[in-house]
Amino acid sequence: MSARLPASRKTRRYEWATFEGVWNREFTLFKRFWLSTTISSVVQPIIYLFAFGLGVGTLVSQVDGISYVEFVGTGSVATAVLFASAFPGMFNTYVRRVFQRTYDALLAAPVSVDELALAEATWIAAKAGFYGSFPLIVTFFFGLTPTWGMLLVPIIGFVTGLGFAFFGMWVGATIKTIEQTTYITSIVLTPLFLVAGTFFPISNLPPGLQVAAQFNPLYHCVELVRAACFGWDLPADLYNFAFLVGFAAIMWFVAIRALRARLVD
Amino acid sequence: MPRGIVLGLLGPNGAGKSTTMRMLTGQTKPTSGSIQVLGFDIRTESKQARALMGVVPQIDNLDTDLTVEQNLMMFAVLYRVPRGERHDAVERALGIAQLKDRRDSKVTELSGGMKRRLLIARGLVHTPELVLLDEPTVGLDPQVRQELWSLIDALRAEGTTVLMSTHYIEEAERLADDVAVMSHGSIVARGTPHDLRAQHVGERATEFYGPPDRLARIEESAKAAGLATRRTGPSIAVLRSEDASVDVLADLGDGTPRAATLEDVFVLLTGEVLE
Repeated sequence: MSARLPASRKTRRYEWATFEGVWNREFTLFKRFWLSTTISSVVQPIIYLFAFGLGVGTLVSQVDGISYVEFVGTGSVATAVLFASAFPGMFNTYVRRVFQRTYDALLAAPVSVDELALAEATWIAAKAGFYGSFPLIVTFFFGLTPTWGMLLVPIIGFVTGLGFAFFGMWVGATIKTIEQTTYITSIVLTPLFLVAGTFFPISNLPPGLQVAAQFNPLYHCVELVRAACFGWDLPADLYNFAFLVGFAAIMWFVAIRALRARLVD
Repeated sequence: MPRGIVLGLLGPNGAGKSTTMRMLTGQTKPTSGSIQVLGFDIRTESKQARALMGVVPQIDNLDTDLTVEQNLMMFAVLYRVPRGERHDAVERALGIAQLKDRRDSKVTELSGGMKRRLLIARGLVHTPELVLLDEPTVGLDPQVRQELWSLIDALRAEGTTVLMSTHYIEEAERLADDVAVMSHGSIVARGTPHDLRAQHVGERATEFYGPPDRLARIEESAKAAGLATRRTGPSIAVLRSEDASVDVLADLGDGTPRAATLEDVFVLLTGEVLE
C-alpha cells in the first residue's frame, strides 16, 4: 500500500481519545446503575456495623483507644474499596476479553493495551475511592466525629483501588475460565480483608500473621484511613502511602504485561 | 494494494485470512517480515495506521451494554472524529446501517443482520481510507447479503479502499476488482476474476454426470489428455474443455459445457480436499 500521510500525526504513548471514550462509556453505564450501586454501598457498611459493632461490640467496647463501632466503620472503608476495585477489574476484564470481545474491537481502533488498561483502572479506582468513603458517612450516624483529614479518604481509596483494579485485571487476563475467580476470592481476597485490621486489630494475631499483614496493601489502607480520622503519625503514614503507591505501580506493570500477552498474539 | 479498489481475499477456512486481517491492525505480530499500511510500519506505527482504517470483524464484538447510537459514538471518539463533527458522523453511520429508528435499542435486541450492519457502520464512522471486512456476510440471509453487497459497492464508488476476506466465491466474483487466493497462509494467485479464470481454468468447463465408475473413467481420460478436472459431488468437471481435441471429447462422451467460474479457480488452486 502506498504512502499517503506525511507522518504528520505523531502519536503519543497515552492519548486523550481512549480515556474520553472509555470514561464516557463507563459514565453511561454508571448513570444507568448509580442508584443500585449507591444503595448497596450504603447498606453494606450498615450490615457490618450491626453485625460486628453490635455483636462483637458487646464483648469489646474499645480497640486501640477508639470505640469498636468506629473501629469497624473505618475498617469497612478498606473492604468497600477492595470489593469496588478487585471485582470489577477481574470480571470486566474477563467478560470483555472472552465473552463480549470488546477488547478486540477497541484494539482494532487507534487504542493501545496500555491506554485501555489505564483508562479502565482509573475509572474503577475513582469509583472505589468515592464509594469506599461511604462507610465513614454511615459511621457518622453511629457516633464518628467528622474531621478535615477525612477529606483525604477518597484519595487513599483511589490509590488502593488502583492497585486492586490492576490486580483484578491481571487475574482477568490470566484465568482460563470464569470459575477460577472463586479461587482468587477465597484464597486471596478473603484473607486479605480479614488480616488487615478491618474487624479486629492485627496485634491480636499470631506473630507470623502480623508480619504477613505488613505486606497486605489493605492493612496500609486501613492504617491510613484511621490516621485520617483519628490523627496522623507522619513517618509511618507516609510509609503506608508509599506502600500503596508501590503496590499500584507493581500491579500496573503486571496487569499490562498479562493483557498485552493475551490481547496481542 | 492499489487505492480505491475492492480486493477480495479468497481462501478456505484456515487459509490465514483472519490472521492477515489481524496482522494489518497489529493485533497479531508477524513471525517475520514487515507490514506497511497506508505508509505506516505496523511494527512501530500501528496506531497511526489504525486511525485511518476501519475494521469490521467476523465475530460480533459490539458493546452489549450500550445502545446502537452509543456504540457508534464511542468509536467516533476513539477514532478521533473532532467533537463538532461527531454528531454528524454518527448520524451518517446510522444511515449506512439503516438503524436510525433503532438508535436507542440495546445491541442485544437487534437481529443478526442489523448487528452486522451496525458492525460495518462502526468501522465506517470516521470515513476511513481503508476498510477491512472480515467475512462480511457469513451466515446471513440472501436478502441481507445483497444489501451489504450494495453497501460495499457504494464504498468503492466513494473511493474507499476495501480489503474483504471471504470464502464465498460469489461474493468475490461480484464485488472484487482484484482477487488474491490464499492457501496455507500464503497467496497462491492474484488478479482480476476475469484474468484468474483465463489464466487457470480457461473459458469453459464441461460437466459430466454418471455413476462413480464413469466419473472415474472420465477423470482418467481427461488426465491422460492433459486436462485438469474437479469433482463437484455428483459430477466431474473437465476444465478448459475448449482446448480438448475432438478425439478426446469423443472419448469423454456426453457432457454439459458451461462457462468457467472463479470457483473452478478456487478449487483448482486450494485443493479439492480440505485438511
